[in-house]
Amino acid sequence: MLKKTLQSLLLTFIVLCSISASAKDAVPLADDPVTEQRLIVISEEMRCLVCQNESLAGSRSDLANDLRREIRILINEGKTDEQIRNFMVERYGDFVLYRPPVKPITWLLWIGPFIILLAGIIGLMVYLRRRNKAVPSTTLSEADNRRIDELLQDAKSSSIEK
Amino acid sequence: MKAKFLIPLILFVILVGFLAVGLNRDPQEIPSPLIGKQAPAFEIPQLADPQKTFSPASMKGRPWILNVWASWCVACREEHPVLVELGKLQLAPIIGLDYKDKRDDAMTMLARQGNPYLLSAFDANGRVGIDYGVYGVPETYVIDKTGVIRFKHIGPITMELLRKKIIPLLDELK
Repeated sequence: MLKKTLQSLLLTFIVLCSISASAKDAVPLADDPVTEQRLIVISEEMRCLVCQNESLAGSRSDLANDLRREIRILINEGKTDEQIRNFMVERYGDFVLYRPPVKPITWLLWIGPFIILLAGIIGLMVYLRRRNKAVPSTTLSEADNRRIDELLQDAKSSSIEK
Repeated sequence: MKAKFLIPLILFVILVGFLAVGLNRDPQEIPSPLIGKQAPAFEIPQLADPQKTFSPASMKGRPWILNVWASWCVACREEHPVLVELGKLQLAPIIGLDYKDKRDDAMTMLARQGNPYLLSAFDANGRVGIDYGVYGVPETYVIDKTGVIRFKHIGPITMELLRKKIIPLLDELK
């Protein structure tokens, strides 16, 4: 009798748990973990167009959900990563990619930092060279050298005497 | 020697120039790669009559406007009167693409606010929207006689935009 009550209690508990669990919005996962893995890799490289500062993988916007669903379909159709990327770029432009392609319009974007770095290095070298020149390099005369030797000698002998 | 003092000033002016351009741009506005290309083909049921379908191919031979809207979208409600005005001018047929909407809600909105559309296509799951690169409703496309997208606007159309951009473009496309 007790066992039965416990059993039914446990059953009620489980049912209640599952109800409360299903009340939360679950992001649909593909049945295939391999597909899901590829989806994550691809969508992490893409921008969510609604939030713009989030990746497509991390966004919870409605459009991001739809686009992930679309990418999932493309993966299951056996499309390559390249084809999927093209699919997205055809619709949303290069903006959808976090890593913009190298082409004339993005040359400055890609090589700009290196130009600035190079300019900095050249500037620093010019500055250092000028500064070195500014320090007067005077060579000591014979007489000065002799005087220094004498003084050093004196200092040595006086320290020995002590 | 004097010119040396000007270098930081010149750099500063260039920087201000870049920032001024950057700040005056709308970061929400992303140039569409679809401009100058054929409008993507589709065939989906119409909003008012699910038995009938709509396909952009049926619009060939005349310029037309595709307006993506939804009853849940606040900006669309704001835009709607402008579309009604545009519809009165009869410059080009306006086709609606009802994006991820509920049929009843959409019909109610049209009944309440007026229907500027020749017809609306019903994009229940947003699949057509993806082909048009829709990422925020409302969006409006102007498509020419040959089915090429000539203009795209994201966000509600204003009277000013209508006067300055859309009406002249439609005149040109005739």
